[in-house]
Amino acid sequence: MSGSRRLLIIGGIALAIWGMSYGLWYAVFAEHQALDNIGGSLATGFAAAAERNTAAMETSLDRYREAKYIYDRQVDAHGHWIGLAMLLIVLGMAFDRIHFPERFKLFLALGLFAGAVTFPLGVLLQTFSHAAFPRAVTIAGSAFVIAALAGILAGVGRRSTALE
Amino acid sequence: MSARRLLVLGGIALILTGMIFGDIFAIFTLHQNAARVGANLAAAAHAALAGKRGEVFANFQNVGSFLENRGTKVDTHVHMIDFGYLALLLAVLQPWVSFRESAKKKLAWVFLVGGWLLPVGVFLIHYVGLSYSPSKTIGLASMAADLGGLLVLVVTVACLFGLWRYGPQRGTTGVADSLLADRSASGQILFVGGLMLVLLGFLHGAYYAGADLYRQEARDCALLSEMSAGAAAGASTVVDQALGEYGELQGHKAVNIAAHAHAIEFGMLAVLLAFFQPYVRLREAWKKRWAAVLLLGSLSLPVCVFLEMRYGLVAGGIADFAGLLVVVALMAMWMGILRYAGALDAPSEPGVIAGAS
Repeated sequence: MSGSRRLLIIGGIALAIWGMSYGLWYAVFAEHQALDNIGGSLATGFAAAAERNTAAMETSLDRYREAKYIYDRQVDAHGHWIGLAMLLIVLGMAFDRIHFPERFKLFLALGLFAGAVTFPLGVLLQTFSHAAFPRAVTIAGSAFVIAALAGILAGVGRRSTALE
Repeated sequence: MSARRLLVLGGIALILTGMIFGDIFAIFTLHQNAARVGANLAAAAHAALAGKRGEVFANFQNVGSFLENRGTKVDTHVHMIDFGYLALLLAVLQPWVSFRESAKKKLAWVFLVGGWLLPVGVFLIHYVGLSYSPSKTIGLASMAADLGGLLVLVVTVACLFGLWRYGPQRGTTGVADSLLADRSASGQILFVGGLMLVLLGFLHGAYYAGADLYRQEARDCALLSEMSAGAAAGASTVVDQALGEYGELQGHKAVNIAAHAHAIEFGMLAVLLAFFQPYVRLREAWKKRWAAVLLLGSLSLPVCVFLEMRYGLVAGGIADFAGLLVVVALMAMWMGILRYAGALDAPSEPGVIAGAS
């Protein structure tokens, strides 16, 4: 098995295990609390509005905003890690269809793997900080994935005889 | 029948059922459910406007119940399809799983039992609730779903163990697997088309995240604030306007996320199906036609879903028809695989790759 193929398959399996473990931890210890917090703060905000208590209403809606922001990103990170892991494994199995020299294939595989790890990581980091850095990590990760996919597609379209 | 073909047939059957279920859900439940959620949110806002605190909580409780109904249906659809994909992935890896064929077949059956049990259990959660349950918090349907998930996890870990065991035998095995070595036209069409769909889905996702996601998130919270502030101030026009905009915003978010997810999922399906074309016992011309139909449906569905906000029911109808095209093409391939009884199906013992050239 070539180095690029091994990187994609083993990296993909490792990423899938990481994504599933994260999802399991999240489902058991965090998700129900997060959903209760989202639903509860929204209902409380509207109830405060019914009592014409503007301060309590705003506090509850702020809590809703923050809880929803974090929940969306935690679920997205889990889903994207597993989805990208499956893509890595599938492409790893088909990497002999890419008509590029092995060095370049390894470069593409590295780019795809790096993007698959950092893109959801950047999404998750946004739950800790609203600064620019986590968003930059997310953008860089997704750019790696897109560039590597475009490269792989070009390698499939390239004539195999070009290497001979 | 080898463990590999069992996983392929079972996996495609799961995907087909998940897709048909998704279509039925989209036509008969999704929009009606969204309307009920919207109506209850509006009722909650109007209850706040009238100063009726108790009614606010009652309406939000209804929203929670409708969202649970919707959530379990979506989970059923997604898990059936994803377990189908996992079955196809495991099928591709079978020659490298170092167990006896009889053990691999048993594992395949256990996987398929788990793969059906989880989505069926999740579907029943909303209807069964806590009836006859020995637990006060978890219902029987949830327990069945958890058991299904556990079976799938155990088989996946067992396959990983088999892959790990294969490592030391590498030097003694065949050099290539016939399914992976296949370069038929139908396989190439599916592989290239699938990759293009995945790339398209990623490009759309990146554009959506960059251009709309953060703006829509901020607008979502701003509209809820406007709604409650309008209710507190007794301004019914503000509440109604915010409710209208909120509904439209949810529609925009839903079609963008659905278009992104479906393009990538269908792309992955096409790439996975490319591996199994040698199993499809149809003439090459027909294999090419079904591959083209599958790709046409796979492209049209996310595009039309995306256009649904602009062109309404026309785009929605074409999207449903596109989903039907994917289902029909997948069914044709499934029947072709069912008819297959060739050399590739010869069960392999550990370290011997079926159909290796």
